[in-house]
Amino acid sequence: MRPVYMITGGITKFAKAHPEKDFRLMVREAFDYALADLPGLTRAEIDGSVCSYFSDHFTRQLKAGAMVQDYLGLCPKPSRRIEGGGATGGLCFQAAWEAVASGRMEVCLAMGFETMSRVNTWKGNEFIALASDTNFDYPVGGFYAGYYAMMVQRHMHEFGTTTDQMAMVAVKNHANALHNPYAQKPARLTIDDVRAAPMVATPLTILDCCQMSDGAAVALLASEEAAQRLCSNPVRITGVGSGTDAMRMADRPHGDVILLPHESAEEYRELRYPGVHSFRAGRMAAKLAYGMAGIGNPAEELDFVELHDAYTSSEIQTCEDLGLCRYGEGGRFVASGAPFLPAIDYGLGFSGEERWSRIPVNPSGGLLACGHPVGATGLMQAVFAFWQLQGTVAKHLGDATLQIPDARRGLIHSHAGTGTYITVSILESV
Amino acid sequence: MNKDAKLPETQEGTVLFNVDPIIIRYHYEIDYLHSYAQDSPFFAALAKGKLMGSRCTGCGCVYATPRGHCMECGARTEWHQLPHEGRIHTFTTCHFGGEAFLKETPFTLVLVEFDGANTLFLSRLVGAEPDEVRIGMAVRARFRRNCQFRPTDVYFVPVAALPSPPSPLPEGEG
Repeated sequence: MRPVYMITGGITKFAKAHPEKDFRLMVREAFDYALADLPGLTRAEIDGSVCSYFSDHFTRQLKAGAMVQDYLGLCPKPSRRIEGGGATGGLCFQAAWEAVASGRMEVCLAMGFETMSRVNTWKGNEFIALASDTNFDYPVGGFYAGYYAMMVQRHMHEFGTTTDQMAMVAVKNHANALHNPYAQKPARLTIDDVRAAPMVATPLTILDCCQMSDGAAVALLASEEAAQRLCSNPVRITGVGSGTDAMRMADRPHGDVILLPHESAEEYRELRYPGVHSFRAGRMAAKLAYGMAGIGNPAEELDFVELHDAYTSSEIQTCEDLGLCRYGEGGRFVASGAPFLPAIDYGLGFSGEERWSRIPVNPSGGLLACGHPVGATGLMQAVFAFWQLQGTVAKHLGDATLQIPDARRGLIHSHAGTGTYITVSILESV
Repeated sequence: MNKDAKLPETQEGTVLFNVDPIIIRYHYEIDYLHSYAQDSPFFAALAKGKLMGSRCTGCGCVYATPRGHCMECGARTEWHQLPHEGRIHTFTTCHFGGEAFLKETPFTLVLVEFDGANTLFLSRLVGAEPDEVRIGMAVRARFRRNCQFRPTDVYFVPVAALPSPPSPLPEGEG
């Protein structure tokens, strides 16, 4: 496999609704931004594309990717659709990586979008729930917030995780987004605000859940030769991994923990895994990506993480899957302040527990505050990570607050279903 | 050839929400001929008041859901009748939901664990207020008299008026 680099990217503003733009124009805007940021790159240099969008129901159009391809003027070059629920964007990023790593393309465009505003919120929730087993899960009361609520109830039961710890995730991500003009819903919140918000599915309130969005994002990936020729500050993709789990949450087994290099079986002797409290697919994705990137202790060797926080609870669960803390410690990891940005005053008191390395999680604001236009989300994470590693956050966001000083290595994590498809990719400055 | 050919004008209009941009109502509806295929016996059993899971003929893993082939070893499974009593493994009360279920809110979802089964079963709990539900609570299956051939033909109710203490999952590799 050849080394693969990200050479530019672009995002549209994520919003509740962009009725004035269809999916083609939204992708075009993100694409134009990416091209404008890398003047050496022309459409002629792009060998083909992969296009991510989750739901044909939302788009009301089959083969929408073909329409984006022609709108961008990329016909007759190769393109195909990538779809994998919430992980659609992360899978698309890795599909572009594969196209370049294999030698099939020198420059590949990963482009993604979702237009979720075309139906009302509750119909949208119904569409999303159709990405659970439609014979056995959906008819019982298909609702993803309900599925995640059941997971975190068990997490709370097993590990003592609290709703205040979950609320701290919402406070963090919404506050980070105050410095991100692309974000849909930046806000200064308190723990009380989160807990007093309307209950969606106990214990998750509406501020524990991400919103539906319209938006698009693109990432351009290139071979070493093309990256050196076209870009003065490319970012290298040093690790990719992905994993899967049973579609029905009820079918998740109880077995042994998949260990990361810095962990031992001893520390998990009592843990029945993954059950419904942990994401085995996320752990598998992390293990594979860390193996490829040569990461032995993720919390010490990564400078930031952009992860799929569709719910505050899933950020806590995912920090454990990624090995930023041990399984069961996710709530206390958050309460310690370890995943918060030192430069921002969150108005929170931290526990001061010092057993974990500090590592900013979702400095962009994550899905909770940026929004979650499904097919674009994983690529949005790639673009934010790219800007962090280039050191160009101030240029792109018009505000340097979120720039992590001397960021060398970042992780992006994209997640589908109740953890059915999960991707982890590692990006490094060069 | 008729150079004065015309489409007939109709009284059909369009529901218009906005003009800049133009936003119209677009209706979409579909009836499927949906087959439960190899899982059909599960739904037939619900009609007889039985809850059927699957037992692997290779490794013995017992699933509390229909699954024709084992997820662990790949062997065929056989139908395996589950007990009607189990415990709440986890739960939530949904105050919102997908559009199809909004009118039913609030409703309580539970994942039920059974003695002798390695996995869980998703169902509705009725007969308990949201603040009365506990992990580990004993629950019993009830069946609709008039079947709809949907997984909601079975639902669960509390066994006792008072919650029982939590119990561990059955032993066995899953």
